[in-house]
Amino acid sequence: MANFIALVIAGLATGALYALVAIGFTLLWQTSQTINFAQGEFVMLPAFFMLAAMNFHLPFWAAILIGLALSMTILGCAFKKLLVDPMLKHGVLPLAIATMALSTFLKESVKTFYSAEASPFPSLAPDADLHILGVAVSWQNLAVLVVALAAMVALQALLNRTRLGRQMQAAAQNPTAARILGVPVERMILLTFLINGALVALASLLISPIYLAKFTNGETLGLAAFVAAIVGGYNQIRGAIVGGLLLGVVDNLSAAYVSTQYRGAIPMALLIAIILFKPNGLLGRAEERTV
Amino acid sequence: MTAKGRNFLGLLGLAVAVAFLIFAPLSFHRYGIYILSQWAVMTIAAIGLNLTLGYAGQVSLAQGAFVGIGAYSAAILTTHGWPLIAAIVLALALCFAIGWLLGYPALRVQHHYLAFVTLAFSTLAFLVFRNELWLTGGTEGIDSVPRPSIFGLSTTSHLRYYYFCLFVLALVALAVLGLVRSPWGRAFVALRENPIRAMSLGVDTRRYVLMAFAIGSALGGLSGALYAPLVGLVEPPAFALTLSFNLLMMVIVGGSGYFVGPFVGAMTAVLLPEWLRFLESYYLILYALLVMALLIYSPTGLVGIIDRFLVHRRTKAASAARAALGASIEAKAP
Amino acid sequence: MIKRSASFGGALLLGLFVAGGGAGAAETINLADVAELSGSGATVGTNWKNGVDLAVEEINAHGGVLGAKIVVTHADSQSNAGIAKAQVQKALDSEPYALLGPGYSGSVKVCEPLAAEAGIAEIMGGEAAELTRMGNKYVFRTSFGQQSSMPKIGKYIAETLKAKTAAVVYVNNDFGRGGHDMILKEFAARGVKVVLDDSTEAGQADFAADALKVKNANPDVVFIYLNEEESARILKELRKADVKAPLVGETTLIGQKVIELAGDAANGAIGHVGLTTDAPVPALKAYRDRFYAKYHYVPDHNGVKGYLGVYMIKAATEKMGKLDSKGLAAALHGLTITTAMEPNILMDVTIDENGDLDRESFLGKVVDGKQVITEVLPKLKN
Repeated sequence: MANFIALVIAGLATGALYALVAIGFTLLWQTSQTINFAQGEFVMLPAFFMLAAMNFHLPFWAAILIGLALSMTILGCAFKKLLVDPMLKHGVLPLAIATMALSTFLKESVKTFYSAEASPFPSLAPDADLHILGVAVSWQNLAVLVVALAAMVALQALLNRTRLGRQMQAAAQNPTAARILGVPVERMILLTFLINGALVALASLLISPIYLAKFTNGETLGLAAFVAAIVGGYNQIRGAIVGGLLLGVVDNLSAAYVSTQYRGAIPMALLIAIILFKPNGLLGRAEERTV
Repeated sequence: MTAKGRNFLGLLGLAVAVAFLIFAPLSFHRYGIYILSQWAVMTIAAIGLNLTLGYAGQVSLAQGAFVGIGAYSAAILTTHGWPLIAAIVLALALCFAIGWLLGYPALRVQHHYLAFVTLAFSTLAFLVFRNELWLTGGTEGIDSVPRPSIFGLSTTSHLRYYYFCLFVLALVALAVLGLVRSPWGRAFVALRENPIRAMSLGVDTRRYVLMAFAIGSALGGLSGALYAPLVGLVEPPAFALTLSFNLLMMVIVGGSGYFVGPFVGAMTAVLLPEWLRFLESYYLILYALLVMALLIYSPTGLVGIIDRFLVHRRTKAASAARAALGASIEAKAP
Repeated sequence: MIKRSASFGGALLLGLFVAGGGAGAAETINLADVAELSGSGATVGTNWKNGVDLAVEEINAHGGVLGAKIVVTHADSQSNAGIAKAQVQKALDSEPYALLGPGYSGSVKVCEPLAAEAGIAEIMGGEAAELTRMGNKYVFRTSFGQQSSMPKIGKYIAETLKAKTAAVVYVNNDFGRGGHDMILKEFAARGVKVVLDDSTEAGQADFAADALKVKNANPDVVFIYLNEEESARILKELRKADVKAPLVGETTLIGQKVIELAGDAANGAIGHVGLTTDAPVPALKAYRDRFYAKYHYVPDHNGVKGYLGVYMIKAATEKMGKLDSKGLAAALHGLTITTAMEPNILMDVTIDENGDLDRESFLGKVVDGKQVITEVLPKLKN
């Protein structure tokens, strides 16, 4: 039993990361029908902004702020203005392909201009284990879980409890009606891109101590987020959260109890099963788009 | 220019391209021939994907996996002494059947779900290639895949194998051309342009989409069956999700829905990196930038640019003709 | 559409495939390198390339080889055997003095027949045992190879640790699979029972399930064959799961990077140390410093391999006393290069008739966050 609990907790921590990345993925889909195949690379990159800032002898907190700002500017604003806006009118597919090219661009740029090596990254949590009820849990995992959940709760509160959040929801659900009602739809869409920029920076900060900062980090992460979003219901933020956590736990349990060679297969089988039996995802509802 | 003149020019262009593909490799180094063979093989897979995507409007992220299934079929059968033609038949049938089975549930629910299901399938196929040692050789793959003998002629030389690939490509091109010009093909296009209207006109949309996907997948398998003897080795990483992404990129960059799109797209994917090699480590960065720039400028790809240019010239010519006509009428008027 | 654009396709093709460089001028040695510069092997290939470049720069700064400067061209195999074959074909069409790379065993497998056909020596980075067992007289390793290192580890586990059961954790890719197969063969030969055979993914982040499996299998020894980053992660998880059995692995288990990343969890880990910058050899430490000064990071063993490949070519050429591309392979066979002859070969090495290398290696252990060498393992043949 202790084994099982340890596996679930480790799985939840990994899953919380998937969820963070998947939320941003869902947000972009909601507000602008952007399927971002570079989402994984978006998480990989901010760690390098922060490392580069630290190479200029800035303290860690300042580097984090710079990383956050750059991430929101480049991966949020510039991404929208330079790539999404000009392409959106041509439909979903060319844009999706362009984000594939963007993912290559980001990966290769980091490899060429920074390093092909994995760089150590400072951790916010101490590198030690906590023993609860006979189960050893690392502080790092715990920190990931807590910070990720806090970010999600804050985001949900923003969307459901504030005027701004409701305007964003309106802009996503029915842009035309929202525009008539005086909601600045364009600004709301930009805002979701900025939120995505902030979320990926946060995810980057959380994973890089564990994964190490490396140009290939986005490959598995982007795919996991994609699957998490669909499993949970990709028209719902809650869906992304549930999908992410579920994926993390299922991955660990299947590695422990089914097969390590096929650990990557179980989430995919889950994905196919969901599409067959619950096509809008675990929490999604048909024909409804809410943030 | 008259329509007849344009047709003539087009045919001339086609003749030049075909003549080039047949005769130019005679003077190439082995490398050039090998690259052209790669182009021919990839073009077959891209033509298949273009059928699924460009004509039936379905995104498949599994074309790379189908290439893999074809390649493994060829590698397994030919290393056990079977002729390549048996492997080709098996690859076509297997990929057609798997495509059908895969598309059936996905398309039953919602059209765009095919993309998600094929993505999952790609990952599963990779794991099977890597894990089933008894069949696929695992991470090490299967090496020493022999080149076939065609009518008793060995194709060990790159040039002969290239002609074999080119011949298969020509067959595929003619078959697909026939398909898209048939009532079937027109149904595909109707489907892409307006699925609801197509349905109301009595087109059984699901069957057509499934058919397009299954045929497209089968061509992926065919491409794989030619790939295995070309390289001589099949190993799992070659057929990972990256290949599916690359094939999708080829089709879009070439121009999806245009018959020549895949030819041009595969050409860019194989040759552009070659042209950019002088940039050394920067070449992939620039390649990615060029793809993004192209898609922003012309979401219909390279062929789309030419198409736009020709349409533009034609309208200009037409309005010039109209103006001339108007002027002559005016001149005649008293 | 076909009519309109066919002419365009033709235009695109024309003027391509201009013949490559041709034979090099007399005063230069043209080396063609094909490496994994992008894709899954990008770290391997980049290290290799940097090592090659550093060696070439040093040699040229000291007057070249027999007065001839070395010129090296790099091509990217994209970690794909099909593209590697194309690039090697291209490299051979330009008639290089010798071929460097690739690093992935699968890529080497499809390329080495081409090199043999052209009669050009291929100095490669692949680790799989079979690469030098196919009777090819033109292929040479730059590293020990798993077929030399695994017997040393197997012997240590069976005879020194007296283990009866073992758990094997490996990364299921080109690198891990070969080592896994070799060590299983060793265990079978020495009567060590494998109680857990655990496959992991490259880039895997969560090793909780794997650590748990090891604990439940309760082996006498755990053999770990992963890359550095994953090694550090599993060491942490094994400590968390309170696994007490000795942890044994290759260089990648007790490297400086692993110790940095895993912290206390690395203490007690035992590893076979081949040719890496962690080895207790002053020349290797000096190499690490030179590499760091140029590239600002510490090279892994692929960085050393690329560097040595170039110096092997230099030593064999100087032995011949002339620039003879066709004679290079023969000159390399049976060659012993000592640090007295060529200081930058870093450690004495013998190249055998198959193109395998033989040299000393070490057994190390992590004690208080430092790698300590406990034993020097001699050359297999003397």
